[in-house]
Amino acid sequence: MKTLNRRDFSVAVAAAILLPVTTARADDTNMEVHIDNFVFQPAELKIKVGTTVTWTNRDDIPHTVVSAGKFRSKALDTDDKFSFTFTEAGDYKYFCSLHPHMTGMIKVE
Amino acid sequence: MSGHDHGDDGVSRRKVLECMTWAGTGVLWTITGGVPRSLGIIDSAEAATAAAPGMTFLQISDSHVGFDKPANPNALGTLEEAVNKINAMPAKPSFMIHTGDITHLSKASEFDNADRIISQSKLDVHYVPGEHDFLDEEVKFYRDRYGRGTKGAGWYSFDAGGVHFVGLVNVVDLKAGGLGNLGTEQLAWLEDDLRGKSKSTPIVLFAHIPLWTVYPEWGWGTDDGGRALEFVKGFGSVTVLNGHIHQVMQKVEGNVTFHTARSTAFPQPAPGAAPSPGPMKVEDAKLRSMLGVASINFKQNEQRLAIIDTPLQG
Ligand SMILES: [Cu+2]
Repeated sequence: MKTLNRRDFSVAVAAAILLPVTTARADDTNMEVHIDNFVFQPAELKIKVGTTVTWTNRDDIPHTVVSAGKFRSKALDTDDKFSFTFTEAGDYKYFCSLHPHMTGMIKVE
Repeated sequence: MSGHDHGDDGVSRRKVLECMTWAGTGVLWTITGGVPRSLGIIDSAEAATAAAPGMTFLQISDSHVGFDKPANPNALGTLEEAVNKINAMPAKPSFMIHTGDITHLSKASEFDNADRIISQSKLDVHYVPGEHDFLDEEVKFYRDRYGRGTKGAGWYSFDAGGVHFVGLVNVVDLKAGGLGNLGTEQLAWLEDDLRGKSKSTPIVLFAHIPLWTVYPEWGWGTDDGGRALEFVKGFGSVTVLNGHIHQVMQKVEGNVTFHTARSTAFPQPAPGAAPSPGPMKVEDAKLRSMLGVASINFKQNEQRLAIIDTPLQG
């Protein structure tokens, strides 16, 4: 997981001002989960309130990301992404509604 | 070639016989007096001859129309090859069942393409949905095409050639951490549907995900499949057909024969043989030996039932 410290972050922001299309994204308010081989990686993620998590499906089979009553992605084809911003603390269990043995957890503090 | 004979091991009628077979070419099954007997691996020409008398129906599965990844960049093409094989069969089957994953992403164009190819068989087709057919938000495409006259999410039954067929749906309301799911409404309907049927009526249940536990680590099983199987316990001949796992696998338990069909699109690994159940890339020359269709023959009065798997290419 790529995380930048505060100093790198301000450099990244400066870069972003100069080049608006660069990837100044990997700060601690943006986290990523990958789906590889029918597994959410990391399976458990600890984040702060306000963080946006982006899931990317890297399998050749579609998957979904579903947390009952909280969020529900469409079917994600290969390389499709789904993002959700967590505005409330709590434990968010989620799963793939097509392959329910695939489960994950986002812990928001 | 793997597979083993379990006809001559002196198993009594009551003893539970459990066996799994991965087959390459075809396996012929007969059921005599409620005792299943494998006649072993046979070649498809022999199979076609053996299957000629009686009522024959065909199973096709997991077409995944729209799939275009390296495991098979042309799933529509191999579906068409399968249909050509069906059209070349010496005895025309009475009808066909499709055990789901007609499409890969539930797109209208994928359903259109699947229909265009499958209809070339000029056979009646009875469908059940796979999870890939329910990906559009309102599950409209599958329902509009195949849901007429069905109950709930698409279950139904019909009679043909003295056999009672039941199409079940186990790909909805899946629960986190769980397997396939039939649900209480469908189970109540099934119990009612079978009530009053003579115990000598041969029963064929078909669904997408296996109703029996094949490999729970990969979700290959149905949480409440056991309840459905309880309803058919008293019947003399029960055959359970499914797709989903894209390989031939069989199990015999009492009077129930379980059989899974190959996909026409891409192979999947044997349980636990890979990091995931995802599409398996094999040498191009080998692909067609791992795709195919199954024909099932029922001889009336003789209580014999034979399942023959035919790959697209030996
Ligand atoms: Cu499938």
